[in-house]
Amino acid sequence: MAQLGFFLLPAAVAAVLIFGLARRVPLFSSFTAGAKDGLRACAAVLPPLVGLVTAVRMLQASGALDLFSTAAAPLAGALGFPVEAAPLALLRPISGSGSTAWLNEIFRQCGPDSFAGRVASVVMGSTETTFYAVAVYYGAVGVKKTGATLPAALAADLSGYVFSVLAVRLQFGA
Amino acid sequence: MLNYIWAALMLLSILCAALTGRMEALSGAILSGAADAVTLAVSMAGMLCLWTGLLHIAEEGGVTAALSRALSPVTRRLFPGLPPQSPALRAVCSNLTANVLGLGNAATPLGIAAMRELQKVSATPYEADRRMVFFVVLNTASVQLLPTMTGALRAQWGSRSPFDIVPAVWLASAGSLAVGLFTAWLLERRR
Repeated sequence: MAQLGFFLLPAAVAAVLIFGLARRVPLFSSFTAGAKDGLRACAAVLPPLVGLVTAVRMLQASGALDLFSTAAAPLAGALGFPVEAAPLALLRPISGSGSTAWLNEIFRQCGPDSFAGRVASVVMGSTETTFYAVAVYYGAVGVKKTGATLPAALAADLSGYVFSVLAVRLQFGA
Repeated sequence: MLNYIWAALMLLSILCAALTGRMEALSGAILSGAADAVTLAVSMAGMLCLWTGLLHIAEEGGVTAALSRALSPVTRRLFPGLPPQSPALRAVCSNLTANVLGLGNAATPLGIAAMRELQKVSATPYEADRRMVFFVVLNTASVQLLPTMTGALRAQWGSRSPFDIVPAVWLASAGSLAVGLFTAWLLERRR
């Protein structure tokens, strides 16, 4: 399994390059044009990150996070969810930058290859900013009655957290 | 909503630090937190640019059309009653493709276009119908093939194999998407 991790990125790069060659895409100029978009996206996330990383770091330094963890420990424990990643589960459906800031904090405290670090990584990779997506898509077409959307999306998120723990245990046996 | 959460996080921290006598640590956190955010954004910038650059090559080569075709057996089953060549199904496919590749910035406008098309063919244009619900639930679940930003951040913090979590990500994504779609199907059927 660990071997697969080393193959994925080179395989993706090779697939894109071979596909581009076959379709006669001007590879390098196309690449730089796309990379410019990436830079713009990065500049766009910097202001929210400054606000949210600072807030997360403050919460940690003030001891408020320890209090929260103590309070959340029984519920997180019952689900087998690492306590350090519990705030991430709360923030994930609401704010993309906020959950990135928290992921960063978990890596800083526990390391990316710890159990909490791995579960947090899988949660980030397998869920989305639910409330943002619902607001943007229904807002754009002026639909106010969203029917089963929110319950279904939140059920997906919640089960995603449980599946993340199970998948990490299954793959890494921790 | 974020307004209140953000303010609450900071005010709660200040209150908690004042009560437990950790004001010095808190001051340090404010100063270093702001600088850390810049480090975080810069450390993700390289991977983000590399990935958007590679995906731009794939897009110019027509990967969207190819992937849309590959995904059409799935989309046709999820959105029955839409003809294969209809603008609605085509818009849904392009949005799904952008999500699979992790093109977040492209996925949103494509998704809005898809919602407009779904609205046109809906019997209740100002109330979510089954297709709209399925479509939005698909967009609130993550179907991204390679979690590049998470991988980049893991590498930044010294992970031995930043992408070794990918099989677990696929497993958890598939499970949560199945639960989301099944819940939507169940609730919509009862209406």
